[in-house]
Amino acid sequence: MSDDKLVGIVLVSHSAEVAASVAELAKGLAGGATAVPLAPAGGTEGGGLGTSAELIAAAAASVDRGAGVAVLTDLGSAVLTVKALLAEGDELPEGTRLVDAPFVEGAIAAVVTAATGAGLDAVEAAAAEAYTYRKV
Amino acid sequence: MLGADFFRRWMAATAASVDREAERLTALDSPIGDADHGSNLQRGFKAVVATLEKDAPDTPGAVLTLAGRRLISTVGGASGPLYGTLLRSTGKALGDAAEVSEAQLAEALRAGVDKVMALGGAAPGDKTMIDALVPAVDALGDGFGAARAAAEQGAEATIPLQARKGRASYLGERSIGHQDPGATSSALLVAALAEAAGE
Repeated sequence: MSDDKLVGIVLVSHSAEVAASVAELAKGLAGGATAVPLAPAGGTEGGGLGTSAELIAAAAASVDRGAGVAVLTDLGSAVLTVKALLAEGDELPEGTRLVDAPFVEGAIAAVVTAATGAGLDAVEAAAAEAYTYRKV
Repeated sequence: MLGADFFRRWMAATAASVDREAERLTALDSPIGDADHGSNLQRGFKAVVATLEKDAPDTPGAVLTLAGRRLISTVGGASGPLYGTLLRSTGKALGDAAEVSEAQLAEALRAGVDKVMALGGAAPGDKTMIDALVPAVDALGDGFGAARAAAEQGAEATIPLQARKGRASYLGERSIGHQDPGATSSALLVAALAEAAGE
């Protein structure tokens, strides 16, 4: 399958290591879904803990194949920064969406779903559904 | 009437004040936050001043919109998108007029504060920047000095509150007894507005 219609996924965490590791985990558990455009945007540009609007915008641009971009975040400034960028209107690719989902489980569900060629709505629904997975 | 120069003075006065108070803001952010509020805002407003000097926007709306965008892209903490949204939304509400009245500014700031509440989901009494900004906007009809006093009182009034938003909310009752860092920096922003007005 050509990847030019796959939904892109951006993982935003306060930590560069967390974002990169969750990306690796999601791809690994998705059976090496290497075709899925997936980019971590973790930490600040200086490598510290925090959120960088520029790293997020660059990550979103890098995974945009024209089928929309699903952005998953951890908490606090990661959520607020993505919302503020979406409100700007021109900072993120068209069809970029903040997905309300648990970060790790949602990322795995999103990557698995995106790998099937599903659209942005289906990717978002799969990620959000991860909230319903109870562990006890 | 207030022109672009007034708004540049406001941003410069905010940057200077945040610079002077950075240690106090970070100290307030240590017991109930992650101890980066002062340094984050210092970096953000320094970048705002540099960008305003370089790009020289020539209307009040353009000054605030640019300042807000810069804060969103440089701060790295929740205060970036929150203050960025406040200034950008206020700037957008001012439109492209070359000069605006104090009443127009008050109305635009109220629109900006509404956007911040929508973005962060905080309401008055949640122990956030909103507790300084809402009283300030309410008092702005009586002048910039009244707004400054109202913001300072609002910030102090966060001390007995329990945090209901952000990282401090995880502390539950233990957040009581601390002045909110965001309300404190909001009071600095409003004080800088009065300073820009020569009050």
